[in-house]
Amino acid sequence: MHSFGLLSAAIWAPIIGGFLVLAVGDRAGGNPARWLALLVSLLTFAITLPLFTGFDTHTAAMQFVERVPWIPVFHITYFLGIDGISLWFILLTSFLTVLVVIASWRNVPMRIAQYLAAFLIMDGLMIGVFCALDAILFYVFWEAMLIPMFLIIGVWGGPRRVYATIKFFLYTFLGSVLMLVAFLYLYFHSGDSFSLLAFQKTPLGANAQIWIFLAFLIAFAVKIPMWPVHTWLPDAHVEAPTGGSVILAAIMLKMGAYGFLRLSLPITPDASHQLAWLMIVLSLIAIVYIALIAIVQQDMKKLIAYSSIAHMGFVTLGLFVFTQTAIEGAIIQMLSHGFVSAAMFLCVGVLYDRMHTRDIQAYGGVANVMPIFASLMMLFAMANVGLPGTSGFVGEFMVVLGTYQVHPWPAIIAATGLITGAGYTLWLFKRVIFGGIIHAEVAALNDLNGREILVLGSLAVFVLLQGVWPAPFLDIVHQSVAHLLQQVATSKVPG
Amino acid sequence: MQNALFHWSFAIPEIWVLAMACVVLLVDVFVGERQRDVAYVLSIFSLLAAMALTCSQMGQTGFAFFGQFHLDPFTSIASFLVELLSLLVLLYSRKYLLRRALYRGEVFVLLLFALLGALILISGSNLLVLYLGLELLALSQYALVAFQRGNLRATEAGLKYFILGALASALLLYGMSLLYGLTGTLDLHQIAIGLVNVGGANYLLMLAVIFLVAGIAFKFGAAPFHMWLPDAYQGAPTPVTLFMSSVPKIAIFALFLRILVDGGYGSIEIWQQLFVALVVVSLLIGNVVAIAQTNLKRMLAYSTVGNMGFLALGIVAGTQNGLASAFFYAVVYAFMATAAFGLIVYLSREGFEAEEISDLRGLVRTRPWAAFLLLIIMFSLAGVPPTIGFYAKLAVFQALIEAHFVWLAVFGVLMAVVGAFYYLRVLKVALFDPPAEDLAYGADDPLAASVLTVNSLALLILGIVPGALVAFCYHALQGVL
Repeated sequence: MHSFGLLSAAIWAPIIGGFLVLAVGDRAGGNPARWLALLVSLLTFAITLPLFTGFDTHTAAMQFVERVPWIPVFHITYFLGIDGISLWFILLTSFLTVLVVIASWRNVPMRIAQYLAAFLIMDGLMIGVFCALDAILFYVFWEAMLIPMFLIIGVWGGPRRVYATIKFFLYTFLGSVLMLVAFLYLYFHSGDSFSLLAFQKTPLGANAQIWIFLAFLIAFAVKIPMWPVHTWLPDAHVEAPTGGSVILAAIMLKMGAYGFLRLSLPITPDASHQLAWLMIVLSLIAIVYIALIAIVQQDMKKLIAYSSIAHMGFVTLGLFVFTQTAIEGAIIQMLSHGFVSAAMFLCVGVLYDRMHTRDIQAYGGVANVMPIFASLMMLFAMANVGLPGTSGFVGEFMVVLGTYQVHPWPAIIAATGLITGAGYTLWLFKRVIFGGIIHAEVAALNDLNGREILVLGSLAVFVLLQGVWPAPFLDIVHQSVAHLLQQVATSKVPG
Repeated sequence: MQNALFHWSFAIPEIWVLAMACVVLLVDVFVGERQRDVAYVLSIFSLLAAMALTCSQMGQTGFAFFGQFHLDPFTSIASFLVELLSLLVLLYSRKYLLRRALYRGEVFVLLLFALLGALILISGSNLLVLYLGLELLALSQYALVAFQRGNLRATEAGLKYFILGALASALLLYGMSLLYGLTGTLDLHQIAIGLVNVGGANYLLMLAVIFLVAGIAFKFGAAPFHMWLPDAYQGAPTPVTLFMSSVPKIAIFALFLRILVDGGYGSIEIWQQLFVALVVVSLLIGNVVAIAQTNLKRMLAYSTVGNMGFLALGIVAGTQNGLASAFFYAVVYAFMATAAFGLIVYLSREGFEAEEISDLRGLVRTRPWAAFLLLIIMFSLAGVPPTIGFYAKLAVFQALIEAHFVWLAVFGVLMAVVGAFYYLRVLKVALFDPPAEDLAYGADDPLAASVLTVNSLALLILGIVPGALVAFCYHALQGVL
């Protein structure tokens, strides 16, 4: 594969850009910082596009590989590369960062430059997670990402931001340190290499695999988050500013599932099979029980946060039934959720900017005064429900179908999640958007401005595109998933 | 012995520091009150020159003074680092000392003598020489802690530090005497040979090692021998705390390396177990008790205890990599501690030490740059990438797992998470809380500010490109076993 340093550029351009934005600061009311941030995020997005156009869909091998020694004493290398699984997440990250910069144009009350800089730096770090092929490099990006998020929630968050952000940080930090121990253990069994590709080839005893799988599980389950370690998410979402919620739901949650795909399944295939029942049970609990919790929420953001956990349940279910359809469905579901949850949080942000409350009771009849907003939000609500024709349908349908091929009962239980999902989403929509106008504040609402239409509209395009024509999304992941399934099917227990 | 000659040239940096300490003392007496800067600049010059002299020795190896003095890559590298750290202490503290009428020649002289003690500890190859270095370092520090004679807390801290420090020295000396009794020699390399005949199961040897480890743990500040540390750290003038938290850590590591590795590696099974106990207690006490602190200096003191626990993890591993990782940890910790205490020095003014955590309220509004640096320092202490603090922890855990101490590593990382909490709390106060109206930080001090900036940014930049520093520290320990 040719290396043009594209991946490095995609990682470092936003990070350096972020520091430039910091240096520009809030002078002239923050406008120079805003435009610079927009420029940097657009540039990053432009850098990631050639990854898509230059991507070879006929191979499962890593592409755009870069490899240079980084810490020679520890045999740690600066090793980057992408396959079909990571490509979409990189594009999603750089695309959503552009939207977040635009969406935060006017509604950040203070220190706009620092706010945007945090998002740009996080952009680079998240792209880093998706293309790191060295375990320590992966870990560095994985952890470093917590710092800007910690600040975003803590500085620009709601009233209980301090509690939420420290809980968020400690939860995820606790999850990931055990992963580090697993990495170090693997290092000594893979012939002194931290390369993830070498880890994937390392033979491991059955017991060691179980322990490593569990260490990874804690890290990824916290991040996804899976029941019962999900409790940080509703707090973090409710207190985070809109942009923080968008990035958290759309990308950070995907990292846990990405970790399963990149690390757990290929490195510990036997343990994955052995503990698949556990994963399926936890996923079903998320799908059924968390969806029930979502129904009773009074806070819009909390409701969407719980709905995210339920939707991620489909993803983890899809990953651990080991069929091509289900895993591809899980990846499509991750992407779709990236668009839909981002859009839902942006919709709540739109309302919050105008009314300064997220309480469902405070709304009602919004459709009367904000027709454009109501129709866009309806599209996203339908996608959240999984209506055919939207992106939400493709992923969940493929997961349920793929699961049914091997485990009919879990598939049937999971399918009930589609109904409860419709329940909480439609009920939310009904209470907020439809009905008569009860509150005087609602009557005074203005419809979307051009900037908001641009942000929500572009997400709507992707939601529909992925819903009616998922083939290009699937083409990219196909070879990589086939290769992954092959790895999972091969036992690594020696002898 | 062919190399046991009187190679006095190996000791040029030490001789230089000694000579300059005397010169500074004399000059200060003659130039008088008005021109204190002369002594200050002269001290800085002597440190710079000492660094240059040490650099010029890099790569040489051998013995001097009939085998009592040792020059190898470790000596040169560790000496260079303690000289650099002493230089940082001086640069940080000029304004602080001026504002408190502590800007006196004696402070510089004591600092130079403490440095000399550290240098001798690093290069000594004989039990008596090591003890001499240790006492020189310790006595200078006792005096420095209590230097503010009028300050009740400082004198109390000085006295506590002196009594407990003297006890530690006694323990160490008793261990040394047992070792001498067993092998009949004070020379570390002769001791190593002598211990082969003694054998590992000897009760006297066990007793000797227990005393030696207890003494070293005392000096390191590892729990349960940490009682002097919070009081001494809190009571001492902050620049002295800055010195105590950096230079001696490297010097005491050298002491450990000389006595228990160069001399007593034959007794590794004994001291390894002792260090396991020290690690567990230090990590627990350091990280948990720090949470309860409201005083920043005291919190950082407990953080030292915890960090010495992490450092000792590398010692527990006991392998080539383990010792190298422990040294790397000591170096990284020393620079993190200088930055952390340097920040306190920078923010303080006369009558206001900026030492309570609540004194940092809303720092991001009043001093945004200092708040940014604080962010780097705290995340580095917590071991979060991409700061150098992470790689220090990575190194010790890597060595630990290589030596099959997986459960201890798991315990260690969990304690790192507990530790993260109190560092985050400092950040919470500085970044998320509204600024306090009644706080006024010290007037701008460009010298301390620029040193602090370089020191803190180095923690971040070395975290992004750590390769060279890691190689430097690991090179120092090459062939130590």
